[in-house]
Amino acid sequence: MRTLLGALAASSMLTGAVSAAEIYPIDRATILAGSPFDFKVELDGVHGEADIAISVNGKPYAETFGKSADYVAEEKDKEGATLGSALILRDLALAEPGTYEIEVKAGEDSKTVTWEVYGTEAAPKAKNVIFIVGDGLSVAHRTAARIMSKGMSGGKANGRLAMDDLDHMAFIGTSSTHSIATDSANTMSAYMTGHKSRVNALGVYADRTPDSQDDPKVETLAEALRRTTTKSVGIVTNSEVEDATPAAIVAHTRLRGDKADIVGMMLEVQPEVILGGGSAYFLKSDVPGSKRKDDQDYVAAFREAGYALATNREELNTAAGTNSGKILGLFHTGNMDTWLDRNQLKKGSVEKFPDQPGLVEMTEVALGELSKNPEGFFLMIEGANIDKMAHPLDWDRSVTETIELDQVAALAREFAAKNPDTMVVVTGDHTHGVSVIGTIDDEKPGNDMREKVGVYDDAGFPNYADENGDGFPDTIDVSKRLAIFSSNFPDYYETWRPKMDGPFEPALKTEDGSYVANEAYKDVPGAVLRVGNLPKDADTGVHSVDDIVLQASGPGAEGFKGYMEQSDVYKVLADAFALGAAQNRDTAQK
Amino acid sequence: MRPLSRRTCLTGLTGGLALSIFRPVAATASSSLSFDEFYSSFSPLGLEFSDKIKTLTGEPVAIKGFMAPPLKAEAQFFVLTQIPMALCPFCSTDADWPENILVVYLGRKQTFTRPNQLIEARGMLERGSWTDPDTGFVSQLRLREARYDLA
Repeated sequence: MRTLLGALAASSMLTGAVSAAEIYPIDRATILAGSPFDFKVELDGVHGEADIAISVNGKPYAETFGKSADYVAEEKDKEGATLGSALILRDLALAEPGTYEIEVKAGEDSKTVTWEVYGTEAAPKAKNVIFIVGDGLSVAHRTAARIMSKGMSGGKANGRLAMDDLDHMAFIGTSSTHSIATDSANTMSAYMTGHKSRVNALGVYADRTPDSQDDPKVETLAEALRRTTTKSVGIVTNSEVEDATPAAIVAHTRLRGDKADIVGMMLEVQPEVILGGGSAYFLKSDVPGSKRKDDQDYVAAFREAGYALATNREELNTAAGTNSGKILGLFHTGNMDTWLDRNQLKKGSVEKFPDQPGLVEMTEVALGELSKNPEGFFLMIEGANIDKMAHPLDWDRSVTETIELDQVAALAREFAAKNPDTMVVVTGDHTHGVSVIGTIDDEKPGNDMREKVGVYDDAGFPNYADENGDGFPDTIDVSKRLAIFSSNFPDYYETWRPKMDGPFEPALKTEDGSYVANEAYKDVPGAVLRVGNLPKDADTGVHSVDDIVLQASGPGAEGFKGYMEQSDVYKVLADAFALGAAQNRDTAQK
Repeated sequence: MRPLSRRTCLTGLTGGLALSIFRPVAATASSSLSFDEFYSSFSPLGLEFSDKIKTLTGEPVAIKGFMAPPLKAEAQFFVLTQIPMALCPFCSTDADWPENILVVYLGRKQTFTRPNQLIEARGMLERGSWTDPDTGFVSQLRLREARYDLA
């Protein structure tokens, strides 16, 4: 393909047409004043350094940028074919807010982009920010969680979610630089850097060279906090701590799959609190259970850096009582189990890792530790399993994960009530094509499960019960339950029921690379084959492009309103912490 | 959470493998082993191999499982898993192998089978960290000089 494109570019040059170049940051990028980023120009043709002219607002670029870029005569693709010349200037920072027009000309290659460099107010609005991300948190997840957790009568919810009463609200667009669709990597990266990026990318603009870690970098929020403040940083998740969403706070790579390297990036930034799963990438390759390919022992490295280590609930409580100032909690070699499996069904990998703390407990410890810093903190909490269970269409697990995340939101609001200089944000990073359409009632006559689906007037209300008052249904397997379906799916057997034997695996891969319905569910009473509407290489349901809802309270939260791109969210956070204030710009200039 | 790109890091799968140091197993009786018997303990700081695994190391064993989606139609190495793999860890950047996998090096080439077809593999059990020279795949537990049949 590259060769073909190269040939096309060459032929178009011969015909005298202007060929394209690429500039990073891309057109319409928004950049925090004083925040370091890498500037890169990719030219389609091979040009001598002297033949490349770059201007910024009409003046030679080095006058504004303060330094010259490194010249690469020929960048190569994976096969060694020439891609064209490039210029790279690492760690550029622009102190002065304003509009910057960058124009590149080299032979027939030309490109113009415009950046908006923004400052912030001089004084911070908030001391602390608690940023709660329900991975894949869609409107239907919230609706289902409210009905399942609080109940409903007379058409009114019998209670409200904690996230329902956050004061300010925005619709967030989650598209990526090369696609209307998105994944957790580029959306969380946009939240945490203010720059949009490409699917799979974290803290970089995805460039054309094969190396996944040489792409033009942008500063993450944790790095900006280290550069301009003495605040603490905390990360809590029930996924692997090096998975895309938590990784976006510290990482720079084109590939979220660079998990072994992301652990190293986390050690560089040293968030004060890191709690989650994913220890397999911390262990030397000769330790059974390790997923590293080298002999680096990151458990030892974090210990040497002063971290108290916790590997189960009990050790977490012990670590919370130490004065180490830094806690690394790794509670699973991979992703942690869901609330439903940990607390009710004992399925998944709960037998192997029986003492995993929940998201609420981890958040309590994180808040306790981080709030010791008089300068304040940034804490990100991710409910990762909302997404990890929405992909395989396991709605009961996905919704109970949403209830658990809402209990985290309640905890955050409680903290903010006592510490009014705290901003609380609850959002997702993308949506799923999931909807609640009514109920499924086992008491309806016949064996055809489809006839047991009640819609409109026939839906009535489900019969979940919460006798123990923990906010979760006492059993998920009730006779009249929510009817939840996805707009998109691979071939699968619809069983119309919760998956009591472990998380759902709707489709399996065949030898020709396509996915077929998992026959393990074929004989569930009433199960029917649903022929997929996704390409056959789709293993599970996919992210939807629909906007997601963000809600927030506290000082600075008024910045969230109307429709915003996910990269705009960073601006509100930066403004709340005054990260672009003049004194910080001065620091960046030194 | 799931990314869209395909990973192409393991393209050398069909390359030649080093000659095994083990003798052929065809005439030797095999001890049966199951995935549940691999580890005696689980911890975020690492797993502990069971006494049975330690005893059977270097011995012929038979084990039933599923073939994870291979990258190429013909190869001498595949990954055996306890349950069928819904995802292809070679293909998806956020898919990961479960911890209880067994790498199977075939004594001779065999045609690969459907991932949801239960198979029984027989071979010499090898233990210890080893990096496949062609693919960079690191494993702790392997069958060498193996063959498999539909179970």
